[in-house]
Amino acid sequence: MKIVYTDVLVIGGGLAGLRTAVGVKQRGFDTIVLSLVPAKRSHSAAAQGGMQASLGHSAMGAGDNEDVHFEDTVKGSDWGADQRVARMFTHVAPKAIRELAGWGVPWNRVSQGEREAVINAERVVITESAKAHGLITARDFGGTRKWRTCYTSDGTGHAMLFALGDQSIAHGIPVMERMEALALIHEGGRCYGAVVRNLVTGELSAFLARATTIATGGYGRIYKVSTNAVICEGTGTAIALETGVAELGNMEAVQFHPTAIVPAGILTTEGCRGDGGILRDVKGHRFMPDYEREKRELASRDVVSRRMTEHMRKGLAVQSPYGDHLWLDITVLGREHVHKNLREVTDICRYFLGMDPAEDWIPVRPTQHYSMGGIRTDHRGESTTLKGLFACGEAACWDMHGFNRLGGNSVAETVVAGMIVSEFIADFCAGSESDINLSTGLVREFVEREQAGLDGLLNSSNGESASAIRSRMEEIMIEQVGIFRTGSELESAVEELEQLLERSRRLSVRNRVPGANPELVAAYRLPKMLKLALCAALGARQRTESRGAHYREDFPQRNDRDWLNRSITTWPSAEATLPRLDYESIEVGDMELPPGFRGYGTRDHIDHPHSDQRHRQIEQILKAVDPNDRYARQAALMPFEHLLPEKYRPRSQRLEIKT
Amino acid sequence: MSSPSPGRTLVFKILRHNPQDPTSEPHVARFELEEYEGMTLFIALNEIRERFAPDLQFDFVCRAGICGSCGMVINGRPGLACRTLTSTLAPEITLAPLPVFKLIADLSVDTGEWMRGMSERLETWIHEQTPVDLHAVEERMEPELAEAIYELDRCIECGCCIAACGTARMREDFVGAVGLNKIARFRLDPRDARDDGDFYDLIGDDDGVFGCMSLLGCHDICPKELPLQTQIAFLRRKMVRVS
Repeated sequence: MKIVYTDVLVIGGGLAGLRTAVGVKQRGFDTIVLSLVPAKRSHSAAAQGGMQASLGHSAMGAGDNEDVHFEDTVKGSDWGADQRVARMFTHVAPKAIRELAGWGVPWNRVSQGEREAVINAERVVITESAKAHGLITARDFGGTRKWRTCYTSDGTGHAMLFALGDQSIAHGIPVMERMEALALIHEGGRCYGAVVRNLVTGELSAFLARATTIATGGYGRIYKVSTNAVICEGTGTAIALETGVAELGNMEAVQFHPTAIVPAGILTTEGCRGDGGILRDVKGHRFMPDYEREKRELASRDVVSRRMTEHMRKGLAVQSPYGDHLWLDITVLGREHVHKNLREVTDICRYFLGMDPAEDWIPVRPTQHYSMGGIRTDHRGESTTLKGLFACGEAACWDMHGFNRLGGNSVAETVVAGMIVSEFIADFCAGSESDINLSTGLVREFVEREQAGLDGLLNSSNGESASAIRSRMEEIMIEQVGIFRTGSELESAVEELEQLLERSRRLSVRNRVPGANPELVAAYRLPKMLKLALCAALGARQRTESRGAHYREDFPQRNDRDWLNRSITTWPSAEATLPRLDYESIEVGDMELPPGFRGYGTRDHIDHPHSDQRHRQIEQILKAVDPNDRYARQAALMPFEHLLPEKYRPRSQRLEIKT
Repeated sequence: MSSPSPGRTLVFKILRHNPQDPTSEPHVARFELEEYEGMTLFIALNEIRERFAPDLQFDFVCRAGICGSCGMVINGRPGLACRTLTSTLAPEITLAPLPVFKLIADLSVDTGEWMRGMSERLETWIHEQTPVDLHAVEERMEPELAEAIYELDRCIECGCCIAACGTARMREDFVGAVGLNKIARFRLDPRDARDDGDFYDLIGDDDGVFGCMSLLGCHDICPKELPLQTQIAFLRRKMVRVS
């Protein structure tokens, strides 16, 4: 049995994982990154439109700051977010973008003087300040009050991932590619590393570490149609669940992006609408203003996706052999803008649809896109229940997105979380609590258990193959745990997924070739994916309200009175067919921004009994604070700076740009 | 979205070999599929694996032409399989793994190890002059310069340029268009402290810019349409000047 030792094991080589690895390395600890694919191929590369950070240097971003970004994020989350974490995030985001600028990301810049833009389908002239010339600029995204999304054309994730990938090489961090963690090694509520399979040779080995970090992204591929890369199967989240100790949070909170192309399901960035693109129906009518008078196409993603589906249900969709869709029209932006600032979109349309989006409308419909749920951690990124296990990025629920995340906030979260969590991991490693007293016998047990599971799949001859079960799971998720949900559909989804999970325990693999063996890979991942699907479906069935991306047609109101909480799932035992579901309440009394109207979507919710009281309390508190000192006002309501690593506590400077 | 001849029968000839399997011999395997509208090589290869060859190995990640995982030789020409519509190809389609890179199995090759080696050798990261103050307003940059850097930053390290390169076939340590383009990118970036003398030390030999025979295969096939020919020629002039 081969055992590899390191200080910090990072599972996942996307932006969150790489930034974590760089952070602990800078603090003097050894680290190894494991990745299913070459790190620069991670799904982070597919983030197109940009990263939110409240620099406020573009004319349309003037007056922006952490306070506005915080409010937008909390409203976007439909009050599901942990507001302290949202504060930590918005505070560090400008620092993250500047760090990345130092590492070479060629952020688009402010160009002084007049320029044409399209707002609400009309050409307008924006005058950029000479003072801001050459600073990082921003574009508009949904659910934000300021233009805050910093970008490099529409290849933002790519530029960020390559800069960070190169930084990890500069720091001499080993990134072991084509390595898959199959199980976490743990005992007595403490995580010690992972059993890892080499996806070239098929060999198992054990990686032991003081701290283990999961940064494996989302679980979109449990859905039939997803914008996610094919590797986003949630297996990192699943191995945490399978410990029986680690908790997952809000697994039913699944985001649908309004504009993926039909039929391929490939994303076209929110930047299309942020830059002025509009949505049209079968008659060519621009319908979003009919539903969302103020934010129109730029309400939050959950709202726009629902409105689109609602509109299609009225028979106003375009019918195609691949199902109903609507049109995304960016021809209004002009050829030059489309081909320069939306070039990935141009390429995608050219190669997958054979058309030019500067000339023709793009067929789109809402498609699974983002997993708000993930491994439940505290604000330091450590699992609430399994010591030594950390998680960050999309794989984690720490929880800054609540029930809906804003566009541009996830790619920002990856690096911000990596910056913050790596400091806490380093602190953990520096102390004696990270000491390992572990018998290699226990390690052997974990490795042998995994090997026995694989051998079982290879040696049984009368089991089912994984693919039919997987297809059915994907269908159930998209049809019954999708944008619009009902109790009866969710009931049947849970029931059938449970049966599928039982069937998935009796698989066999026909092909016994040495090496990775793709059929074997599909077989051992399937039960993991089904467990995540069950967490999402059960959480959705039990949550009898609508919040953010979780929408129950039978319970259309947000219900703060009964449901201002986080769903927590754990997996009780290896034989279990259902997760255990608990709830963690979110305290109104601690909130800087108590629940209210989001500013878009329906204005219709059931109040929490303490909401009014907290509103009055806030009024009282603020009376005693200098109205011009926004930092003091914030600190009086909900102090958070002490929660940050010291190096990130200073305030971020910005130039005050006058409009 | 229209296909010129829906309902064609496609014949795939795939070069197969699994070095992990001592009994495996390189051979061409033949598969037939009914084509349908919108079919890409991503869809076709998954269908072949599903129906005929569960052990067939290939690499797809984003399946959107963004990540560069699926470089392979398609009818003799390196390209990205995920965004290649079968309707753009004749009904007989030959697929082979990218040459030069270490074969993992079938259509899967190890570009990662090669790219990491190249990055380490050429130090493809910003050599900071002074560490960035994270709390201060960022350094300014001319908007046009940022765009010009992004233009070269768009490389996805898919390996197609290496597979299409005559020199890379002959010289094991040739850094190729991917490496030279990176030097051009960092050379353009004022945040990088290195000067032409430093870059000369990295690429001023036959494994670098002087190894290029100007066959321009890289330029012709680059899936991101990077201006490789111009960049290599420009770099060569600059490097001759400092030599």
